[in-house]
Amino acid sequence: MMDPQTVIAKRIARELHDGMLVNLGIGIPTLVSNYVPPGVHIFFQSENGLIGTGPIPQDGLAQARLTDAGGRPVSAIPGACTFDSAVSFGLIRGGHVDVTVLGGLQVDEQGHLANWTIPGKMVPGMGGAMDLVTGAKRVIVAMQHSAKGKPKIVRQCTLPLTSVRRVDLVVTELAVISFTGGRATLLETAPGVDVEQVLAATEAKLEIASRVITPQTE
Amino acid sequence: MQTTTLQEAVAKIPNGASLMVGGFMGVGTPESVIDELLQQGKRDLTVIANDTALPGVGIGKLVSANALRKVVASHIGLNPETQKKMLAGEIEVELVPQGTLIERIRAGGFGLGGFLTPTGVGTIVEEGKRKVEVDGREYLLELPLRADFALVRAFLADYLGNLTYALTARNFNPVIAMAADTVIVDAEHVVPVGMISPDHVMTPAPVVDYLIARA
Repeated sequence: MMDPQTVIAKRIARELHDGMLVNLGIGIPTLVSNYVPPGVHIFFQSENGLIGTGPIPQDGLAQARLTDAGGRPVSAIPGACTFDSAVSFGLIRGGHVDVTVLGGLQVDEQGHLANWTIPGKMVPGMGGAMDLVTGAKRVIVAMQHSAKGKPKIVRQCTLPLTSVRRVDLVVTELAVISFTGGRATLLETAPGVDVEQVLAATEAKLEIASRVITPQTE
Repeated sequence: MQTTTLQEAVAKIPNGASLMVGGFMGVGTPESVIDELLQQGKRDLTVIANDTALPGVGIGKLVSANALRKVVASHIGLNPETQKKMLAGEIEVELVPQGTLIERIRAGGFGLGGFLTPTGVGTIVEEGKRKVEVDGREYLLELPLRADFALVRAFLADYLGNLTYALTARNFNPVIAMAADTVIVDAEHVVPVGMISPDHVMTPAPVVDYLIARA
């Protein structure tokens, strides 16, 4: 049995195609880059000013001026480029990013995402999340299906929204749910998970695709 | 442009000044300038920057030393001290989406009266802001930001003050260098004129006021 984070990251990797410019948020989204099939070239952006983000450098090879958006050392692959923050967010807001993968606290029935604050408890600031969700061509949310037993895919978000732009896809350890046309539609269940399990763990009303896929192997 | 010592450069900054500080999680922050601000006991400062780094790193040192009255940033989540002081009302924190923050600084430096962005529409970020519709889409009017001082960390500076930056240490630096009344630069290397090819200059010398020289 794979851990939930791996299930989610592996599934999202299948949404990435050769030549795409992709921004991965911190947490589960960062893991997605580990599962891109060999031969598929993705331009990964770090919003602190890098396209061509590579793996974490080996001990002793870290370079103090080459970091990801969390300030951790990264490498840059051949063909990488760097730029200032105005260009970085021009790329993001201007629709040049093909896919952004972010974490989520709540997603509602219409695809609205809340992922940046729990007022009074967690006030980290929105960082680049509002720009990414507003500007990227495709928004994919990587999150666990529930938090402490409470569904995260809800009728209506009770937490402050990240954007009024709706997300395109939510991938959890149980299911893949599309929000095309503003309707939550169950497309896939994870290996070993059935539709009833997903419905039981979801507060939002889900439409069921005419043929729900269950990949037998990942 | 004048060359100056670190001590003289920081002595020009009065208590209560507003500072734009380069850096992203401390990467590209002029660390020695931060240390000298603490050394000289500056206080009531307003800092405009992407984030407040970590405790003990870059702007995080100013937070811990209670040298700041106000922070304008996009993210403070990796510095629990900033969050704690914010919730306790010890530091005023204005949180701004990162793309909006850098563009407000750019507008301030580029002579613009503001700009229209879709980011924040329909969220709590829109509170108190004017909305403008262009071609059927709603935008927020975001206003320019300027500061008394910009504290810039460059990779190379030539003797005239032309600057380049290295890798992800560039981030806010070239943008804040345009948006402050007084621009103080701390460079990793100061090199003779001509060492930086004209095509590679990222900040033109005339915007730099003080370049910190080291013996």
